[in-house]
Amino acid sequence: MAELICRALRDGALDGEHAPALTIKDSIDSPFGPHVFNHVLAQLSANILSAKSQSQGLVLVASTRSPSFYFDLLKGRGTDDASFPKWLRVLDCYTDPLGWKVRLMECGSISNQLPEASNTVRLCNDVRDLDKLSLSIIELGRELVGQGKGRFSVAIDSATEMLRHASISSLAALLSNLRSHDQVSCAFWLLHSDLHEVRVTAALEYMSSMLANIEPMARPTNVQRGNSDNLSLLEQNSNKGKFHARLKRRNGRVRLMSEEFCIEPSGIKFTAVSSDDGMITQSLVPKVQFNLQLSEEERIERAKVVLPFEHQGTGKPIEIYDGRQSFDQINIESSFGSAEKLQTNQDPGKGEIIYFRDSDDEMPDSDEDPDDDLDI
Amino acid sequence: MALGGGLIEDAYSASRSGGGGGRVLLIEDCVETSAAFVLHHLIKRTLSPPHSSAALIIFAAFAHPFSHYDRILRKMGCNLAVQRDNKRFVFLDMLTFECPGGDGGGLVELYGKIQKAVEVSIVNGGSRSISIMIDDISLLEVAAKGSSNQVLDFLHYCHTLTTEIGCSLAVLNHEDIYSRMERPNLILQMEYLAEVIIKVEPLATGLATDVHGQLTVMNKRNFYGPLPKKSNFHFRVKENNVEYFHPGSRT
Repeated sequence: MAELICRALRDGALDGEHAPALTIKDSIDSPFGPHVFNHVLAQLSANILSAKSQSQGLVLVASTRSPSFYFDLLKGRGTDDASFPKWLRVLDCYTDPLGWKVRLMECGSISNQLPEASNTVRLCNDVRDLDKLSLSIIELGRELVGQGKGRFSVAIDSATEMLRHASISSLAALLSNLRSHDQVSCAFWLLHSDLHEVRVTAALEYMSSMLANIEPMARPTNVQRGNSDNLSLLEQNSNKGKFHARLKRRNGRVRLMSEEFCIEPSGIKFTAVSSDDGMITQSLVPKVQFNLQLSEEERIERAKVVLPFEHQGTGKPIEIYDGRQSFDQINIESSFGSAEKLQTNQDPGKGEIIYFRDSDDEMPDSDEDPDDDLDI
Repeated sequence: MALGGGLIEDAYSASRSGGGGGRVLLIEDCVETSAAFVLHHLIKRTLSPPHSSAALIIFAAFAHPFSHYDRILRKMGCNLAVQRDNKRFVFLDMLTFECPGGDGGGLVELYGKIQKAVEVSIVNGGSRSISIMIDDISLLEVAAKGSSNQVLDFLHYCHTLTTEIGCSLAVLNHEDIYSRMERPNLILQMEYLAEVIIKVEPLATGLATDVHGQLTVMNKRNFYGPLPKKSNFHFRVKENNVEYFHPGSRT
């Protein structure tokens, strides 16, 4: 399904439709959003390089990692760095997002540390101005694919970071502009959902045709955050989690899918949901020396037993021993019953309970008042 | 070194290998158990051999004056005044710091000072291991007139130093002052930023004479490093040092 998402991004936009957009959403309980983002980025880059995708280039807005981090990442996945200028542009919102360094350099308190301008990277000194940012993205894209019909993809590595400097409405305007731009093939962005109000998350989800939600394997039951008592839980969530995907079709049909992922030294790995829920319940029973559970055979035997007061549905009136019958009557009945018992013995599928009264000299209870004859 | 001091070293230095540059360490504590000792431990460790020859600490102190740290570190066997004279310990006294305007002007200046110190050290002989420490973020936030956004901007700029120059950044913050806050709260954003989180908490079972609290080290994976790792220790703060040990290994 991560595969499916990558394929949808690869296939790009139809004429006269918005470009497909993906929101990747995580939370601090399972903060693996950047891993998923990098995975999607690497897949899309591979597709662009092998000319399998609709888009011919990629514009990356980097605000939480430096451009060199992404270059290293892509090189690590086997992309040739000599090819970067042909298909990749990075808008560097990481190095100096608010222009502090420029300000300090101008007044001479620090020396020039800013990276030199290159073909691939463009520095952004004011991330608060989203209109300018939006223009820069389009310009960088056009540098890659020209003015014609070619399309490019846009990756935003942190919508959260952008929302710290701008309002949701201006970010929504930027994303909406990108999606409806006829040279944009697809767009995707990362969001830390617990840093935003629900309405912000919802607004971004509305704007995306796909949602990848990253959740922990197990949620802490304790509401209070950061309680180290559930260390085993932390341990369990520390390198794997659940991946829920929601894909919206044009006609409004929604497809939901789930996968699990695991972080490995080589990268993130997706697997189908394991169906070992049953195993979990079994392993929850503590290991003891005696047997707490029934075997399958024992379970069948137990099901056959007819309980003494259970309605047996053999057509006879239901007789419930009410303690009024005398011992003799019971004897007569039991001789009737013995014939029946022979039959029941032939039918091994039926169980019965045989009851012996403890002592014969004790008369059964009656509802007569035992104190009747007392003369008070 | 305190008995078992290696435990905490192993736990948080694991992410150091690998080419990800520096890292960000967040130390969280609460009212009942202060985590100042972790910061002292880091200073001591950075300034003692074998690291000392190429180490530099830039310490932004919002909480205490220099004499406070000097006294504590002296008991631990590390003379901060000498280190300061040797330019291995740059102390930025921020006790009376206040941001003048609403645009984070004061913080820009503070960042400028830090970057200047980094540059000077590189020019003068190339310290390879530069640590920036901030004690503590809650007071930085007070100085920024409660604007957590400005604090985050400042931390972002410090973060750029970790990736560009390979500095490491260690900051202390108090977890419980954010516990009932509406989101987004500062501590959560700092947890996203940090690669290693050290939480210092009291024992769940209450006070004990020979265990003063527990310490959880969460080592998030940085993309080139090892897998995420979590470890839990107990500690006991003594007069001159701190003992770290595995839970249950003390009677």
